[in-house]
Amino acid sequence: MSRILLVGVALLLGACSKPDNDAVAVDYQKQLMRQLIMAQPGDLIEISAGTHTINRSLSLKVDGVTLRGAGMDRSVLSFKNQTQGAEGLIITGNDILLEGFAVEDTKGDGIKINECRNLIIRQVRVEWTNGPDEGNGAYGLYPVQCENVLIDGSVAIGASDAGIYVGQSDQVVVKNSRAEFNVAGIEIENTTNADVFDNIATNNTGGILVFNMPNLPQPGSKTRVFNNQIFSNNTGNFAPEGTAVASVPAGSGIVINSNDEVEVFANTIKDNATANIIISSFYSSGFSDRASTAMFDPYPEAIFIYDNEFVGGGNSPDGVDLQALRIAQYGLTGNLPDVLWDGYVNVDLLVDGQLPSDKKICVQNGNVKVLNVDMANDYANVTDESSQFDCELPKLAVVTLPLN
Amino acid sequence: MMGCTPINQPPNVTLFEKGRFPSTLDAWGLFFIAEGELVLNDRVIPYELKSALFTDYAHKLRTVYVPEGKVGVASDSIALPVGSILSKTFYYPRSAAGLLKTGSFTGSLTSSYGERGLRLDQVQLIETRLLVHLDTGWIGLPYVWNEAGTEALLEITGAVRDLTLQSAAGVQEFQYVVPDFNQCQGCHIENLTVGEMAPVGFKPRHIDLKLKLGQLVSLGMIDQLPAGDFSHTVDWRDTEQSVEDRTRSYLDINCGHCHNPAGPADTSGMFLTRSTIEPLRLGVCKPPVAAGQGTGGRPVGIYPGHPEKSILAYRMGSQDLGAMMPELGRSLVHDEGVALVSEWIGQLEGDC
Repeated sequence: MSRILLVGVALLLGACSKPDNDAVAVDYQKQLMRQLIMAQPGDLIEISAGTHTINRSLSLKVDGVTLRGAGMDRSVLSFKNQTQGAEGLIITGNDILLEGFAVEDTKGDGIKINECRNLIIRQVRVEWTNGPDEGNGAYGLYPVQCENVLIDGSVAIGASDAGIYVGQSDQVVVKNSRAEFNVAGIEIENTTNADVFDNIATNNTGGILVFNMPNLPQPGSKTRVFNNQIFSNNTGNFAPEGTAVASVPAGSGIVINSNDEVEVFANTIKDNATANIIISSFYSSGFSDRASTAMFDPYPEAIFIYDNEFVGGGNSPDGVDLQALRIAQYGLTGNLPDVLWDGYVNVDLLVDGQLPSDKKICVQNGNVKVLNVDMANDYANVTDESSQFDCELPKLAVVTLPLN
Repeated sequence: MMGCTPINQPPNVTLFEKGRFPSTLDAWGLFFIAEGELVLNDRVIPYELKSALFTDYAHKLRTVYVPEGKVGVASDSIALPVGSILSKTFYYPRSAAGLLKTGSFTGSLTSSYGERGLRLDQVQLIETRLLVHLDTGWIGLPYVWNEAGTEALLEITGAVRDLTLQSAAGVQEFQYVVPDFNQCQGCHIENLTVGEMAPVGFKPRHIDLKLKLGQLVSLGMIDQLPAGDFSHTVDWRDTEQSVEDRTRSYLDINCGHCHNPAGPADTSGMFLTRSTIEPLRLGVCKPPVAAGQGTGGRPVGIYPGHPEKSILAYRMGSQDLGAMMPELGRSLVHDEGVALVSEWIGQLEGDC
């Protein structure tokens, strides 16, 4: 059901006069703002085809609303001249569907959804059109503290943190989407039960990240990353210093940091110049000198990697230490192994020098090797002896969303 | 008394229901204009906060109205009855040369700008925000004044005004942004999960207990003085108070409506309400979660002894939309606020 809302002619903006060519844009902005503000549950708000200049944050605070454009390349909300607001579109509400439009060049985050249940984002593009730049907004598609999230067929380009970022949520599917030229292509953080599949992550600094950060109410676990194309994520890190992703080396395919129960399978992971997969603890996140609550678990545990196709990669790692290590261990033209691990383990859990079987890192991927860089001891005892990873873990359940 | 009533004084305050909100502010009957002054109607009582939210150096005339025959219930908070209306009128004092940037003005209604209200030849009215308690809950309505200060219209999409502020230090041009209807909720929903709007400033800890709340009790608008010790929430400008109390009071009113354990900024794990005790929760040595360019290259929220290493001070001092805090409600930097918070961080002991 579509409601028709009239734009009152008397409701002009403030007292400042605008040139005529801006007046049309201001009218469209005002009309869209009114529709969002006046929305009732069940409403469909359409974003017409064309590029619409928007200079203030848009917000939606009503349940059950659909926001639909004529396609991610046809209905464009351009925030290039944004003068107010930390996001392009900020939403709080349940049963929200976003479909078929684009948000471009916001000063801060593109589309943020803070607290929601049953969210679908389909065929939506968020892009910073100037390409990778530290001055770009942090997150493209950004649901946080949500339950039941589907991101399908969407695109994120140029975020100075993560293109598609799902934080502190439960029951999440990210599929058929494309993330390019972001620092982190797709990031699942402090989230439980996430399936990430059939996506393309390329030309990011890191392709797909599964992270846990301290000091938050919810630690993440149970993420499956499968059937994705993750290749050539070699863009130099352009995240602002001080952020968690600023420590991600350029050339990272998948990075698992401090997260537990992560399953990585049937992906094609190719030509990521540092490593196709990195498994690391909080201690090598660049954050370990900073405070965290006592209950925070800094170790990646129960990580299961199997049946992926690896091609190339590890040929030119980011950073002098890893570059020197590559040359020392594998020669001038050699490659680091496909999986790189920082080597931190929770010694309190060890039994006869071994982690319990349900906490291990397991790799069943042909002759793929795991390089333990022994970060704890400053690369003192680097090994690629992989028999300790010859184990299996129970498979995680499929994430089934109660969404159409 | 009746004989003294100005001819254009509305008989009483009128409450409107959802869907029937009037397009002009005067219909509510809270204010009327008489002899060049904006005057408050009967039962519309001005009040001030010990520490106030910074809004581009705007001055604020706050009022509370409680309908006749109803009474607010005070415990450790104050529950105003349905039909109550809070108002906040944003204005700048002006001279012949233009609008004045003044950081120290006390906001006293009667002494500074007229006998009974704001003298319109001495102030520029910008906007009046109403917070109306309907039987379905509180709702926020932004009314924007015309240039002449004779009429304010409801603008649910907010507005932008190009303003120039003059001070001894020079001239500052900026865009004053009136928040839209939804953005009112951005600050006034302090519990995002519950999702109900509520007053931010009209709380016992922010209002002078004896003088102002005492007056409201004697007028029968609230039933009793609230219980509790609110002496640690102070006027941040009062240099007789400790830097700790001043800063924590400033952070409470400027940040706490989002940065609390149930607020929209609980995603950050950083809580700036006055009641927060644990240093890590205040941001001491705490790494950012999703601050993006808001880090300013700094490692933690608050680095004891080092404001220049503290994200808190950086974001307060930023005018970059993707970095600045608060995210809404200001275009300018509150230099005095940044200075106070920096002084406080500089005095904190410890290391990260």
